[in-house]
Amino acid sequence: MLRFILRRLLQMVLAFFGTTLIVYALMFAGQGDPIQALAGERPVTAAQRAYLTEKYHLDATGVGGFFYRYFDYLKNLLQGDLGQSLTGRQIGDILAAAWPVTVKLALIAMAVTIVIGVTAGVIAGIRRGSIFDNATLVLTLLVLGIPTIVLAPLAQYLLGVKWQLFPPTAGANPDLYALLLPGIVLGSLSLATALRLTRTSVAENLRADYVRTARSKGLVKRRIVGVHVLRNSLIPVITFLGVEMGNLMSGAIITEGVFNIPGIGFNLFRGIRTEDGPLVVGIVSVLVVVYLVSNLVVDVLYAVLDPRIRYE
Amino acid sequence: MSDFETVAATENQAARRGPSGEPGAPNQVGVPRKPRSLAGDAWRDLRRKPIFWISLFLVVLVAAMAVVPALFTANDPRDCVLSRQHAGPSGGAIFGYDFQGCDTYSRAVYGARASLLVGALSALFTGLIAVVVGMLAGYFGRWVDAVLSRVIDIVLGIPLLLAAIVLLKRVSASSDNVRLFAVIFVLAALGWTTAARVIRSSVITAKEQDYVAAARMLGAGNGRIMWRHILPNALAPAIVVLTIALGSFISAEATLSFLGIGLKSPTISWGIDIDAGRVHMRESATPLVVPSTFLALTVLAFIMLGDAIRDAFDPKLR
Repeated sequence: MLRFILRRLLQMVLAFFGTTLIVYALMFAGQGDPIQALAGERPVTAAQRAYLTEKYHLDATGVGGFFYRYFDYLKNLLQGDLGQSLTGRQIGDILAAAWPVTVKLALIAMAVTIVIGVTAGVIAGIRRGSIFDNATLVLTLLVLGIPTIVLAPLAQYLLGVKWQLFPPTAGANPDLYALLLPGIVLGSLSLATALRLTRTSVAENLRADYVRTARSKGLVKRRIVGVHVLRNSLIPVITFLGVEMGNLMSGAIITEGVFNIPGIGFNLFRGIRTEDGPLVVGIVSVLVVVYLVSNLVVDVLYAVLDPRIRYE
Repeated sequence: MSDFETVAATENQAARRGPSGEPGAPNQVGVPRKPRSLAGDAWRDLRRKPIFWISLFLVVLVAAMAVVPALFTANDPRDCVLSRQHAGPSGGAIFGYDFQGCDTYSRAVYGARASLLVGALSALFTGLIAVVVGMLAGYFGRWVDAVLSRVIDIVLGIPLLLAAIVLLKRVSASSDNVRLFAVIFVLAALGWTTAARVIRSSVITAKEQDYVAAARMLGAGNGRIMWRHILPNALAPAIVVLTIALGSFISAEATLSFLGIGLKSPTISWGIDIDAGRVHMRESATPLVVPSTFLALTVLAFIMLGDAIRDAFDPKLR
């Protein structure tokens, strides 16, 4: 177990360096004149130029200089110093203001996924081959196939603008009701996957020997399904939901952009639109870390949850 | 071979023998029945599925739109006149005009080209990378496998959309063709892992087979065994994965274009049109609905096609 965690940790560290290196190399290295870019249109005196070159080691060329500056960027990233956006706000402040909204939205999406997805998945798994089962299979295939950039604007148009069941956009301080429709849209994808996972898992476990034993002991069906099957079937689902939580935190770019929800994804969306390079890089760097850490936590949880899984 | 597959194989043989239990019994007088291969079984299964034919029809239709768009519409998608803004259907413009006064239907038809080009080329490059990595990892095993599998794990850990945003921002000021290939490059560079894993595992199964031992005894080298003997037998599951991946690459291209970092106007892409239509949905919804429908149907067609083929090839579901 410990060995597994260590190996997994090592892998994450590699992935972390890999991604941040890509981010850094593409965004900062190779740009024309960083000092002039910092000053903008104003002239830079020779003394200022010498000071900045000295401070940021810009004169060190080649691989050594590149890595020096890369580690500088990493150090700032790990210390939470993300610099300023082009509009002059601290990126750290923008993120701090946006986190609660994104977390709220992700939690709504997760609640929708668990309540609808897992329940429907269990029913479909028990009644395999029924009309309900086939209908959910077709529906989930549709949801999985339709891209978010189709689903989000269409839901906004139909439910928000045309039939006016939900507020079409959220605005600055969204309440729960305003976040409900975006939450459903955001959760629909993981809902479909969770439903299919639960269905397969329940259907498989129903054929297992221990279920036959339980049945021959004379247990009622409710207890067989509720206690024996569910406990074993939900392990892959829980892992999936854990991974999804990380994805929901970071992957809400489209949904937040379309519904105008001032979360992390929305700021990234706006940063891309307004060509705000520092903002985009700052947010992406943080999101990559969130994504990697949540994947690690899930993998370790997986091993804890299911004692049958031993990695060594 | 697992127990399950053994059972399935025995059942298949039993089925082939026919109801009389006599091997090779003719089911019609004078017509000897040939034993069917896995592909033959799958094809028989597929032929009876309406979903296979529907999705195949959609795929062929979209491919035809991409190759000869003029066959489907007589209007020029770039012929935009502001005075026609949000005008209703007229002439060949069966869905009316969008905010810029362009023919909505014509733009949707011409948008197929960019989507399919990106999807097909990304899938092709994905397939190439996956074949090389999966084959080497599966065939040589040991440290080669260990290193390549870790590389797969690491690439799998990189979030696609975020990495694409950073990579594509770099080329945002370049020409249309550069951006097109940048999108393809990004999708292929990050999307090959699933297919590589699939190929790796089927290569591991295939290399233990008798025909590989036979080829080796006849003096075939590693290269010949890999490309001539193992690859043809290990490719089928990868093609299914790639068909589904093609659908998701099309979806990813539209998403990136929607965000404004993929393809850009004057290239016509469904993602760009969906974004433009979204802004003006209160005035007129058709410029949003039409490209959305085209995109959703195309992606669905590829995913359902791959799904149907996989179901047909999976003996466990029979």
